[in-house]
Amino acid sequence: MESLTLTDVEQKYYSDLFIYCDTDNTKKVASNGRALDLFRAAQLPSEVVLQITELCGATRLGHFGRSQFYIALKLIAIAQSGLPLRVESLNSVKDLPLPRFVVGKNEAEARHAALYQDSDSQGLYPASAAAVMPRPPGRGLQNKKGTPSIDFIYLCFQPEPTSPVVSPQQSPPTSPPSWRKHKRQTSGGNVDRPAVVAPTGAVWTHFREPQESTTIRTVASAAMTNEIQRQSSGYDDPWKITDEQRQYYINQFKTIQPDLTGFIPGSAAKEFFTKSKLPILELSHIWELSDFDKDGALTLDEFCAAFHLVVARKNGYDLPEKLPESLMPKLIDLDDSAEGSEQTADVGYSGSPVEVTPSKSPSMPSLNQAWPEMNQSNEQWETFSERSSSSQTLTQFDSNIAPADPDTAIVHPVPIRMTPSKIHMQEMELKRTGSDHNHPTSPLLAEPPELSDEANLPASLKFVAANTVGDGYSSSDSFTSDQEPTTRQRSQSGTSPEALKVVAPPPPPPRPNASHSRSSSLDMNRTFAAAAVAGQPQSSTIAYPPAVPPRPLPTQAEGASGGGAALSTTTSPQQIPQQPNFADFSQFQAFAASEHKLDVQNAQSVEKTSEGAGPLRTVKSDGQAKGSGSGSGSGSGSGPLAPPPKPVRRRLKSEDELRPEDEQHGPQKSNVIAAVLATQPSIPRSVGKDKKAIQASIRRNKETNTVLARLNSELQQQLKDLLEERISLEVQLEQLRPFSHL
Amino acid sequence: MAVCIAVIAKENYPLYIRSVPTQNELKFHYTVHTSLDVVEEKISAVGKSLGDQRELYLGLLYPTEDYKVYGYVTNSKVKFVIVVDSSNTSLRDNEIRSMFRKLHNSFTDVMCNPFHSPGNTIQSKAFDGIVSGMMVQTASTV
Repeated sequence: MESLTLTDVEQKYYSDLFIYCDTDNTKKVASNGRALDLFRAAQLPSEVVLQITELCGATRLGHFGRSQFYIALKLIAIAQSGLPLRVESLNSVKDLPLPRFVVGKNEAEARHAALYQDSDSQGLYPASAAAVMPRPPGRGLQNKKGTPSIDFIYLCFQPEPTSPVVSPQQSPPTSPPSWRKHKRQTSGGNVDRPAVVAPTGAVWTHFREPQESTTIRTVASAAMTNEIQRQSSGYDDPWKITDEQRQYYINQFKTIQPDLTGFIPGSAAKEFFTKSKLPILELSHIWELSDFDKDGALTLDEFCAAFHLVVARKNGYDLPEKLPESLMPKLIDLDDSAEGSEQTADVGYSGSPVEVTPSKSPSMPSLNQAWPEMNQSNEQWETFSERSSSSQTLTQFDSNIAPADPDTAIVHPVPIRMTPSKIHMQEMELKRTGSDHNHPTSPLLAEPPELSDEANLPASLKFVAANTVGDGYSSSDSFTSDQEPTTRQRSQSGTSPEALKVVAPPPPPPRPNASHSRSSSLDMNRTFAAAAVAGQPQSSTIAYPPAVPPRPLPTQAEGASGGGAALSTTTSPQQIPQQPNFADFSQFQAFAASEHKLDVQNAQSVEKTSEGAGPLRTVKSDGQAKGSGSGSGSGSGSGPLAPPPKPVRRRLKSEDELRPEDEQHGPQKSNVIAAVLATQPSIPRSVGKDKKAIQASIRRNKETNTVLARLNSELQQQLKDLLEERISLEVQLEQLRPFSHL
Repeated sequence: MAVCIAVIAKENYPLYIRSVPTQNELKFHYTVHTSLDVVEEKISAVGKSLGDQRELYLGLLYPTEDYKVYGYVTNSKVKFVIVVDSSNTSLRDNEIRSMFRKLHNSFTDVMCNPFHSPGNTIQSKAFDGIVSGMMVQTASTV
């Protein structure tokens, strides 16, 4: 036969048809069977067909070889165009349209034709209607890429792999048949048509399946292919995964890993994807692209991406250099949108629907979550005190029916600190003066923020909590130090309201309550504030919840000479009945008065801390009542004593600001300490009195212990700081006077 | 910055080797091969303190008049060798270390690929990219 020159289009078309007809994969088409059907579909008279057959030499050979087949097809085209059948006309006729084949005979052919025609218009739909002039699959030619087809997926991953799958670029006749066999076996059909993996392969696949398949799967695949092809051929985003595809991928994922949120280990994935018969190099590249987090395992998203890439590859798409955006797992908010380079013009930017919550990298999402949490927690640490204090304040206020005097609330700022603080100093002032409570409160209020920076014993926190304004500030102190006191305070405050109409727990003891026995100091503060503002009687009623007789009260009482005494007296009567044994305070006060200034300081701080303890407060309050006078005296006496040690410590921190506070603190601390110390000796007394009192005193002592321990640690720290400073100063000194050594 | 980067397997055969000036590839191959001796020497020297972490970065293996050779060995005895042109402003140690770190990381990624069998030559494009990134600069500077 003459050599046949075919245009590219014709070549492709013919090869597709040949593959289609080559059911036995023998590179030759039997005269009967598909080829015959095909020819008949050409709607040519049978004699013409015979003539063609003869012309092409098939009669001679008994079968259609490839060349014969091609010739036959060309002759069919010639015949269809009305030209006489001549061998010579094979090559002479130019611009010969492709042979048409009517649908009725052969659906596949018809669809194929239709496909060809519609290829440009992305109509991969089977145009089962009329035969259409098949047009060159320009699309395929241009891109030499088919559309990713689910069929390929099915074909790729049949459980019974037969022959190695050939990459799309390989000649269709060789690869597809075996490949197809693979699929057909599963489908049960005996469609031995070679899968045309080439540009038209997808189409063929698509069309063949419906034709021959009876299984649901193939139908489904056809449908999916349809969808896929429709989408892909639209060039919207070749990498977009359709829902059907995704569903299929998910099902496949389940076969390997039932848990959709789990991983597929690398080995299993390797086996799975090896079934697709892609070369290892390409599979390796696909893996690199799809294993987003590089952990050697695939999550569902990664698996879908990998699967999609395999499918694309099998359909002839080249693998991208980077993972397309639509395939990127939407697990992490990575801004790797740089990826998404596509060979095709259209790059889909819309991510494929992520149906499964990505759990691939639990570490990463959790990391992302962890960080914000950590940050938040950090912030919480910062603000916690604020919040807690406010919450405490609220709590207390709720319990305190009479939150009483706004003044009291305002007045009691603060945090009881073990360390001398402005607040305390101010509180001391407040108590001492007793007259102008408002004034101290303002400085108190102002200062707490500054003082909050200092380390405060928990007790101070408790006090703070009780207070309104100061609370915010004090709470910061408290939280920095310890939470317990606050809780205790809260509880106390809770109890106090019950016990007493007075609101709760002692508002942060104005200064003097260095012991931080919240209740006491707070009560004191409130007491004094109330006294100052509304008059003493009111404050007294309000200030001292029976449950928490503020130990500081006595000290406070000591500090605030006039008001304190009055208040303490007023408060004590209330408390005394409840806790009769508050002789402590008298002793305390006496003790405090007699204490050395350092002791006083310690006592004050201790007292403050112990005040935070709570129960101690009751003791204190009682003590206050009794020792108000002495307390005040001691307070004042301690006042002058306290400052000196405090300034020493203060210098370490904020000298200027603390100076005035120190003085205030000093007396407070001394009072506090004195109160604390006083309460301790008073314990034995209380024993004899009342079980309640005993328990209260025990509690108090425990709190005192805690407070003292904290105070101790604080002082130790301060000592260390001081020593360090001293050393540094000495070094500087030596540097400045090097010659001193000589 | 590097002129040649090589990854050598435990058995001392190259898994990956790439040079910038293609004309002197053989020379670089030879250099890398000879540097293996130095690497072995260093490994065995530190071998005394078995068990505890041996320093992965070996540092300058030996300098010649034209270039310097740096070595890095992983715990699985996979060696990375970087040949740097001496005419370049001498790179700081940190930079070399960071280069090795990057190499090690991308090597790990390659190993994680289930389709890559250890012992095969590295054909990962990502790895190539990283290496090129390290070597392109050389081309620009030189």
